[in-house]
Amino acid sequence: MALLEVHQIEKHFGATQVLKDVSFELEQGQALAIIGSSGSGKTTLLRCLNFLETPDQGTIKVAGETLFDAEIPAARSEAAIRKKRLHFGLVFQSFNLFPQYTALENVTLAGKLLAKERADYKAGKKQILAEIEAQGRELLAQMGLSDREKHYPHQLSGGQQQRVAIARALALRPDILCFDEPTSALDPELTGEVLRVIRALADQRTTMVIVTHEMAFARDVADQVIFMDGGLIVEQGPARAVIEHPREDRTRQFLSRYAKN
Amino acid sequence: MFFASAEFQTVFAALNTGFVRTLKLFFITLAGAIPLGLVISFGSMSRFPPLRWLTRLVIWAVRGTPLVLQIIALYYVPPLMKLFSWGSGESGRFTAVAVAFVLNYACYFSEIYRGGIQGVPAGQQEAGLVLGMTRRQIFFQVTLLQMIKRIVPPMSNEIITLVKDTSLARVIALQEIIWMGESFLKGNQGYAGLVWPLFFTAVYYLAFSGLTTILLNRLEKKLEFFR
Repeated sequence: MALLEVHQIEKHFGATQVLKDVSFELEQGQALAIIGSSGSGKTTLLRCLNFLETPDQGTIKVAGETLFDAEIPAARSEAAIRKKRLHFGLVFQSFNLFPQYTALENVTLAGKLLAKERADYKAGKKQILAEIEAQGRELLAQMGLSDREKHYPHQLSGGQQQRVAIARALALRPDILCFDEPTSALDPELTGEVLRVIRALADQRTTMVIVTHEMAFARDVADQVIFMDGGLIVEQGPARAVIEHPREDRTRQFLSRYAKN
Repeated sequence: MFFASAEFQTVFAALNTGFVRTLKLFFITLAGAIPLGLVISFGSMSRFPPLRWLTRLVIWAVRGTPLVLQIIALYYVPPLMKLFSWGSGESGRFTAVAVAFVLNYACYFSEIYRGGIQGVPAGQQEAGLVLGMTRRQIFFQVTLLQMIKRIVPPMSNEIITLVKDTSLARVIALQEIIWMGESFLKGNQGYAGLVWPLFFTAVYYLAFSGLTTILLNRLEKKLEFFR
């Protein structure tokens, strides 16, 4: 059984339909790249997975559990959604780090707040918080940022900020980590360091959904690729096959623009 | 030496008494309007349209009419309509004035807060949501400090205006510092026709707004640790 099952998602913004009958599956430990031009609906799809947008139709299942079903309005309440969204982590294009917290605090804040809901929080507060801190340090080390723990976001480069954001998303141990054009706000120089980190996560079999414009990266790192256009999935399949030998004209057209560069 | 003269001592004591009332009104207004403004700003941003419209209507009415008119209305109308009375004498007048000031300033503050909150990028809220935070946690842990940083300069303006606006309380005979200064022109404690006490009140205002400016600048500096 696939870890993530997305079935017939539809989404409108007013009269504009931005997602049309979007269905796909993703196996545990695989990386899925979503490619397509701006306005093709890829970011909206990612935002639907993270409950930042509510689909008008369709279902989202993780490990067999239905997290979203458009037919069941009760499941849309905020309290119901809050815990479900923890199955997903999201890394934003513009990082969205909390500016008033240090790198380490950014990574540990949500974990510390969630820990308060644990039954054993009062009894084991010190130990729980120490564990969260230790885990946060470990994640920053994994991102190559051990020497930046106490830095505030504005003291970090874009690439460093995005790596902190990745550590922050990993801290809650999501089943599926999503990336929304993680390098689009970065200089080419800084893009590499972020892509290296994502590649390392792929090597560790982290289940990921990556919206990206980096075709070579998608081809080399992702297992599956989805090409979207006009809110539709035009083509999906193994990454190398879709990017090197696309079957659809529309995909070929899109990819040829990258080949020229 | 003039500052040792009986005239100066008498005037000085009277002005001090008036200024204490001014300060009392100032601090009570801040203590009431700072939190009330936050409640009003939430109302004006509510996702429930009727509440949003009602709040914005109130803000419009309060900001659209002179404070002096609000003080007079609040002081005289309830007793005239036999709703309730503010109580007699100085304390009754003070209560009415304080209520008018808190309401008036809360409306101004609420708009500053709204600007501050809406100025925090939507991505901050989204980052919090994705991390499983509740809306309350996002407001207090993420938005609030960023909002405070944004609103310090416009709040400084309002706070300094407030120090001076307290003089409007004299319209219902609250004996704040300007009233006291003027009293020596009209006749008070055997002195009449003195012009200088009225002008001397400026020293109090200048000293106080100077101090306020220093404190708010310090707060602004303190919040420079992030951007």
